[in-house]
Amino acid sequence: MVEKLFTSIQSFLSPTYDWLPTSDDKPPLHESLDYAKHFAGKLLLRQEIPLDDQTLHSLLSNQNFVSIDAIEQHLWGHRCRRCGNKQKHLFADIPCARCSHTHVYCRKCIEMGRIMQCEPLYYWIGSKPIWLQQDNPCEWQGELTHYQQHASDEITNTMMKGNSELLVWAVCGAGKTEMLFHGISESLKHSKRVCLATPRADVVRELRPRFQKAFPETEIEALYGGSEQKQGKGQLIIATTHQLLRFAHAFDVMVIDEIDAFPFHADASLPFAAGRAAKPDASTIYLTATPRKKHRKQVQSKKLSAVFVPVRFHGHPLPLPILHMCFSLKKSLSQFQAPPAFLKWYNSRVNPNRQLLIFVPMIELAEKLVGHLVDQQLVAKEKITSVHASDSDREEKVIKFRENKLTLLITTTILERGVTFPSVDVVVLDAGHDVFDEAALVQIAGRAGRSPNDPTGEVIFFHDGKTDAMVEAIASIKQMNKRGRKL
Amino acid sequence: MHCLWCEAEIIEEVDWINFFYPDKVKNICESCKAQLDVLDGQLCKYCGRRSEKDVCSDCERWESDPHWKGVLTFNTSVFTYNPIMKEIITKWKYRGDYALVEMLREAFCEKFNQVFKEIKKDAVIVPIPLSEERLYERAFNQAEALARLLEMPYTQMLTRMEGEKQSKKTRKDRLGTSNPFQLEKQINQPVILIDDIYTTGTTVRHAAKLLKENGCLGVYVFTLAR
Ligand SMILES: [Zn+2]
Ligand SMILES: [Zn+2]
Ligand SMILES: [Zn+2]
Ligand SMILES: [Zn+2]
Repeated sequence: MVEKLFTSIQSFLSPTYDWLPTSDDKPPLHESLDYAKHFAGKLLLRQEIPLDDQTLHSLLSNQNFVSIDAIEQHLWGHRCRRCGNKQKHLFADIPCARCSHTHVYCRKCIEMGRIMQCEPLYYWIGSKPIWLQQDNPCEWQGELTHYQQHASDEITNTMMKGNSELLVWAVCGAGKTEMLFHGISESLKHSKRVCLATPRADVVRELRPRFQKAFPETEIEALYGGSEQKQGKGQLIIATTHQLLRFAHAFDVMVIDEIDAFPFHADASLPFAAGRAAKPDASTIYLTATPRKKHRKQVQSKKLSAVFVPVRFHGHPLPLPILHMCFSLKKSLSQFQAPPAFLKWYNSRVNPNRQLLIFVPMIELAEKLVGHLVDQQLVAKEKITSVHASDSDREEKVIKFRENKLTLLITTTILERGVTFPSVDVVVLDAGHDVFDEAALVQIAGRAGRSPNDPTGEVIFFHDGKTDAMVEAIASIKQMNKRGRKL
Repeated sequence: MHCLWCEAEIIEEVDWINFFYPDKVKNICESCKAQLDVLDGQLCKYCGRRSEKDVCSDCERWESDPHWKGVLTFNTSVFTYNPIMKEIITKWKYRGDYALVEMLREAFCEKFNQVFKEIKKDAVIVPIPLSEERLYERAFNQAEALARLLEMPYTQMLTRMEGEKQSKKTRKDRLGTSNPFQLEKQINQPVILIDDIYTTGTTVRHAAKLLKENGCLGVYVFTLAR
């Protein structure tokens, strides 16, 4: 009894996935080959399985599908097995017309189709999917730098070994995609199933064509909210982290991009889903330019293996931010004006031909500053705009800036990572604001000097009082540059 | 307590009301509540929308059609169907987040008791039904969920046929009335129909017509949003 109680407490506190059955190696039924690709490694609601009742029933009775309780009942609460939610206020009762009982449902993941206590999730335990045999899946011909090569070797080793983890600590602009190619190629060759998960849909959209070009014969699928492809049946899946909520014991290799980023960092359901999406003996690669404390500690205490890529692919050091104190900052910003110190700096820039990216802490400031800078005749009206997370023209504006049709873009933290512009100076107005934590400031600084043709770029933090975040960001950039010189 | 809509934590000072009546604990935050638009001011006397005129142009049209004239006594809605209400109803009804109805309970009941104070004494409360297929799909009927809030007895005396089954009816049937409802018995009391949204008023008029043909004395409609 005590033991049972203890197990219950323990599994409520830290999730286990032992409720997932393992599929034994069955000889494939001929019609189930396609089923395997569709269904293997996924937890599905009835309405997500496009088969009629009779077919599903026979797949259940001959042990190709099993049904699993969707909600775990614990002594003092529940856990949703799809999203991992165990917060009381995100469960509620429904008087259910299907089963004529009142029972709980999960409010947290309801946008993906409601999980109810009376309805199981279906899980495929039939034959495993069979992927195309390829001797050399990768057609990418480029060359890696010394540092990239080192990381690439470590990544390949980890992926091949199985049951292991590796943190790739690579500066912004290190060229991480190319470092993954060899390991992924070897994995595909060995019939492993690979997932690359990243927090942003923009990044999924950008990566898909690059991977398809590098792996032309491989079944690749890109999944994000609103993506055309939805089935999730590729051997290589590129997905937003959110899409992992449908997968279970699916992947032999998981690559998790920007492990430090919101929302992976903030939403507990995403690590839950990522842990479940990986097979028990999977290898996991974490990519980050700005690891959080938890991971740094694990690296320091050798609990987590790590490989550093301290130099950008073009070999130049990271631009070091310059702190610029201005006392009148808050006064200027409250009137939606740029501080005089900024205007002074602007007029004496080292390279006035560069585009300028200005980060501000709030949407309203971003919008209103546009007019002010036009009034100050810094820039023509049609050459400047602002952008924020819920801006419906966001993609379009970013493309215009990238194509150099805009010279000045004012943004909230939304553009702090994932986007690359070849030749920009970067300014943060009110760098002491809470939204700019250490990771954000390092990422923001990392927007400058991305191109080998213009590998430097000014990064100026305007503030009215130094914060720990600023100091730590600069220390961390210095440290990476130092490490880069040593290697 | 968390706001059912935005999840923000609601910090409430303990006063005698929530100390003795913990049911009164707030489940919608002030900022979400402020976005809801309670229908007040000058309203159309038939459909309850905001209107300069006593009778809005839509209702004028209904009332000038001899087939529909006088079928509804009136409709009262609690809120306007503004963007946030639209989002709330979508998540509640189509995504199926049943609990959301709780944050509308207070306003819903207050309006009901104010408008139907006398009428409710001898009227029967009837939620607009869903077809069997729809009910299975959603696992709850939104109109019934609203009726439950009132904490009064209600009767499911109507049934509804929809989709394929209905389209199998003859062409004449469809052109004639196309009434999706069926009534199980005769009735000789007034009825208060409950539904989530009053849009064109067609659905509730079909139900009302059928009730009146079967002896009902008057049909009122009470809806969440208009
Ligand atoms: Zn859930
Ligand atoms: Zn049920
Ligand atoms: Zn709220
Ligand atoms: Zn009207």
